[in-house]
Amino acid sequence: MALSVLKKFLTVIPTLIGASLIAFALIRMVPGDPVTNLLGERGGDPAVVAEMNQKLGLDKPAWEQYFIFIKNACVGDMGTSIVSKRPVSEEFWSRFPATLELSVVSMVWALVLGLPFGILAALKRNSVLDYAVIGTSLIGYSMPIFWWGLILVIFFSVNLGWFPVSGRIGIEYDLVSKTGFLLIDSWFGEGGFLAFKSAVKHLVLPALVLGTIPLAVIARMTRSSLLEVLGEDFVRTAKAKGLSHYRVVIIHALRNALIPIVTVFGLLFGSLLTGAILTETIFSWPGVGRWLVKSVEARDYPVIQGGVLYIASMVVLLNLVIDFMYMWVYPKMRSK
Amino acid sequence: MIEFWGLFKQNRGALIGLWLVGLVGVVALLAPWLAPHDPTEVFAEALKLPPFWAEGAQAKFLLGTDDVGRDLLSRLIYGSRVSLGIGFLVVVFTTSVGTLLGLFAASLGSFVENLILRLMDILMALPSLLLAIVVVAILGPSLINTVIAVSIVSLPNVVRIVRASVLVEKNKNYVLASKSFGATWFHIYVKNVLPNCLAPLLVQATFGFSDGILNAAAFGFLGLGAQPPTPEWGTMLSDSRSFIESSPWLVTLPGLCILIVVISFNILGDGLRDALDPKTRRI
Amino acid sequence: MNRIFAILAVLMVFSQAQAAKTFVYCSEGSPSSFNPQLATDGPTFNASSHTVYNQLVQFKTGSTEVEPGLAESWVISKDGLTFTFKLRKGVKFHSSESFKPTREFNADDVLFSVNRQRETTHPYAKVSGGSYEYFQGMEMGKIIKDVKKVDEHTVQFILAQKEAPFLANLAMDFASILSAEYGDVMLKAKTPEKMDTAPIGTGPFVFKSYQKDTIIRYSANETYWKGKPAIENLIFSITPDASVRYQKLKAGECNLIAEPSPADLPAMKGNNKLQVFEKEGLNIGYLALNTEKPPFDKQLVRQAIMHALNRGAYIDAIYMGRATLAKNPIPPSIWSYNNSTQDYDYNIEKAKELLKKAGYPNGFETEMWTLPVSRPYNPSGKKMGEMMQADLAKVGIKVKLVTYDWPTYLEKSKKGEHQMIQMGWTGDNGDPDNFFNVLLGCSAVKAGSNLARWCFKPFNDLVQKAKQTTDIKQRTAFYMKAQDIFKSEAPWATLAHARVYRALSGNVTGYQIHPFGTENFEKVDIK
Repeated sequence: MALSVLKKFLTVIPTLIGASLIAFALIRMVPGDPVTNLLGERGGDPAVVAEMNQKLGLDKPAWEQYFIFIKNACVGDMGTSIVSKRPVSEEFWSRFPATLELSVVSMVWALVLGLPFGILAALKRNSVLDYAVIGTSLIGYSMPIFWWGLILVIFFSVNLGWFPVSGRIGIEYDLVSKTGFLLIDSWFGEGGFLAFKSAVKHLVLPALVLGTIPLAVIARMTRSSLLEVLGEDFVRTAKAKGLSHYRVVIIHALRNALIPIVTVFGLLFGSLLTGAILTETIFSWPGVGRWLVKSVEARDYPVIQGGVLYIASMVVLLNLVIDFMYMWVYPKMRSK
Repeated sequence: MIEFWGLFKQNRGALIGLWLVGLVGVVALLAPWLAPHDPTEVFAEALKLPPFWAEGAQAKFLLGTDDVGRDLLSRLIYGSRVSLGIGFLVVVFTTSVGTLLGLFAASLGSFVENLILRLMDILMALPSLLLAIVVVAILGPSLINTVIAVSIVSLPNVVRIVRASVLVEKNKNYVLASKSFGATWFHIYVKNVLPNCLAPLLVQATFGFSDGILNAAAFGFLGLGAQPPTPEWGTMLSDSRSFIESSPWLVTLPGLCILIVVISFNILGDGLRDALDPKTRRI
Repeated sequence: MNRIFAILAVLMVFSQAQAAKTFVYCSEGSPSSFNPQLATDGPTFNASSHTVYNQLVQFKTGSTEVEPGLAESWVISKDGLTFTFKLRKGVKFHSSESFKPTREFNADDVLFSVNRQRETTHPYAKVSGGSYEYFQGMEMGKIIKDVKKVDEHTVQFILAQKEAPFLANLAMDFASILSAEYGDVMLKAKTPEKMDTAPIGTGPFVFKSYQKDTIIRYSANETYWKGKPAIENLIFSITPDASVRYQKLKAGECNLIAEPSPADLPAMKGNNKLQVFEKEGLNIGYLALNTEKPPFDKQLVRQAIMHALNRGAYIDAIYMGRATLAKNPIPPSIWSYNNSTQDYDYNIEKAKELLKKAGYPNGFETEMWTLPVSRPYNPSGKKMGEMMQADLAKVGIKVKLVTYDWPTYLEKSKKGEHQMIQMGWTGDNGDPDNFFNVLLGCSAVKAGSNLARWCFKPFNDLVQKAKQTTDIKQRTAFYMKAQDIFKSEAPWATLAHARVYRALSGNVTGYQIHPFGTENFEKVDIK
């Protein structure tokens, strides 16, 4: 067990090196450079531009820049943003909580709704409820979420005025941000319950939009894997032994059905960030996704390199965790 | 094949999906005859006209016009060509490259396997939309570059599926037998094994279609895909964002088109999987 | 019970906060820094140089005229190489939790602010990346030979060359005055970067807090040397999407919105709860013809294009009528504008004739690069490109439209890869040199901002002479003549001077729109 954990950990390193190399190389292959972008319409005397490039370390050969980047990254220094002149790590971690909060909340609501509806649909197979779940999840699964977001904003924010159009919390609440998660900060902050309510209101629509596809996938997966397990021998045996229907479902079937769900959950969380780029764009959500896209537009090399490395590390680690959860939920896997 | 068709026919969802996809295909094929106007023709005197059910509509423009005065219905009809075209090219690209890589990974020994799997791990670890954005920035914004970018990010799925099914087939008797006869790699894997892996590949390809269309539309929405005046649904939607209050149909209708086409392919994919995948078939 | 008290307390605090005048500005983007020396973008300047800081001299609100700022008065030596500034006394810096100023503003602060950008050995030179794009882009490093402290309240700038626009340069954002004392304290505390993230200045508003990409908070500077501003709290609510900003304005969540979308303007004007302000902008949108590439090296061809373009039609279609047709490279609001230059009329026959004379009776094929970003000086490059394409086709010139994303567009055009290219410019300091020399001078060919790549000696000589003359009358004469030359040589099709506009809620008073497109909240009030 310990050995396999270690082995898994070791495979992470080449993946991360590869990911950082690709990010590094690709962003430099994009025509246009950060200094030209900063100077804009003004342009700049070649000597001045060369001097600025030298200050930014962009005059060195690419391979040397890459080694400097990796060397510094190993001790946690991801470089300095060319646009804001602030450390990439600071810029990243100050925006990451917003993205994480949005992702977690949308995942939670996807689970809270997706799991029970998936289970119910499987248990009441071919009922109206089953068809409703299948149909709704099909629509959810096929949803262009950028469009969905716009429609929800027009309906709920502009026409009904129930939710704010954009932002994370009402401007009247001047929170001292301790954790960066506004739900937590507002709960303990001086704004009290009103501030918390405001934060929740701001979160509802973005989380609804971002959670749409995960919700659909979770409901579908829960339903189909539960159906599969219910048909297997050991469940039939358990039933034959006289265990009550619900005990069978809950203890045996559900536990086994968790395996594919855990997998999907892991994959989804990884892909949430992609969805976050779109969701953050629509709702002006101050998160990592929008920041990275803007940095590509500005050719902010250090931000792209560093930001991608952070995200890649998270995705890879998350997958590791999922693998271990797999082993834990399904002990037979361990022998393999 | 006949067995497959029989199973497929029993699956109502799959048939509906096939019909819907066929319908969209027909619309795309017959676009020049179905569309009342040229999709890029500008009617300068008819800006932002509403669709037929609203007041102020003109019979000439059934679904209204956009902000530069182009007929929306015609643009939507031609848009199906763009979307299906993108989906098709993405599927062709990912399936061919992905199958090859998956096959190599499963059959050419552990070095190649590790190399390919690591590469796919890397692709999965990079935020896919961002990767695609950078690829388009390198190649320049155009439809074909969108296809390339979307294909690259959806490659890992195909590679994994092909590799997994080849691995299963690899230990079956017929493969072992042909190996003992000294058959070539090409003969064993391409002629014998691959046809047996087609089922999951076909399912994946169908879903690849809908993913491709969805991703390309997202690209258009971010302003990176098709260049105007190409009637691409995602781009149309994004261009009309600022009129969402005054002329909501300009945003609603293209989005609805995307949704319908993607649903069609997903229903078809579900049906195919039910019909082809022996595991789910048993229930 | 405690909970209820807490809520009551909050409500009370909240109602008090309501009573205090809070002005909300919905801005279009996040500032990249809070030190204007480090930035080149409008959102940063609005959030720092116009709120937190002052400059030695400043632009009169709503105009391009220079008036005293932190310098009460100044003397320029006869040779034009020494500028001596008398500094204002009794100006206090802001204080914050980590910094309480012990002295008032003096010459050290001026030296600190200039030398940080000028000297590579300055203790702050390398803080926060250490590149000062604007300072270097304006070639201030070359222009300034030395800065000297004469006494506590007198500073002398020694220039390396005659530079007429120098005074106006000092009113620009990068010339904001930072606190040297704050710098020392932060250096000792080993947190020099705080200088750029938690700004301390002398300006009308005190920086409170910044939530990344969301909100910036300021409070009024009680001890502001020009008197306390009318509003107590100033909030920047960062809202990148123009239609969202409009929705927020309607919902009463903003008092002022940046860059309203032209499509929304008619509705805004029709809404009696809103006010729309307009002003002549300090900008020019143009189509540059690459004079290094045939056939645009021929004056006749360029003139033919001027006659072929129906420029008047673009004003309505592209700018929605919110611009004036441009005939000179500088807008009419800048002094030395030549009203008597003869503009090219829209005349297809004449264009054809000129083409024939130039040896292209059947026209030719070429490329046009269309602006990939929406700017006030050209809101829709693509659409304009399509119109120009149609116009030029009428005289036999077949145009292929090309575009790239912004940084690529800049880089490729800088190398001169284009044939025809759409571009534009918004002035920095209201000096004609800022247009003529930056956009059309010979040195600008290398710098990449002279996109016509037009180095024409008679024109360039005039512009250089004007630059080295301090007498405004003489300068005006030079520039007038330069405009005539420009017009007949026709390196650009001058398109439009777009108006800048802002939308405000009905209860705002005292707002003045600035021709540079920047914001100033010193005098705004809420009824």
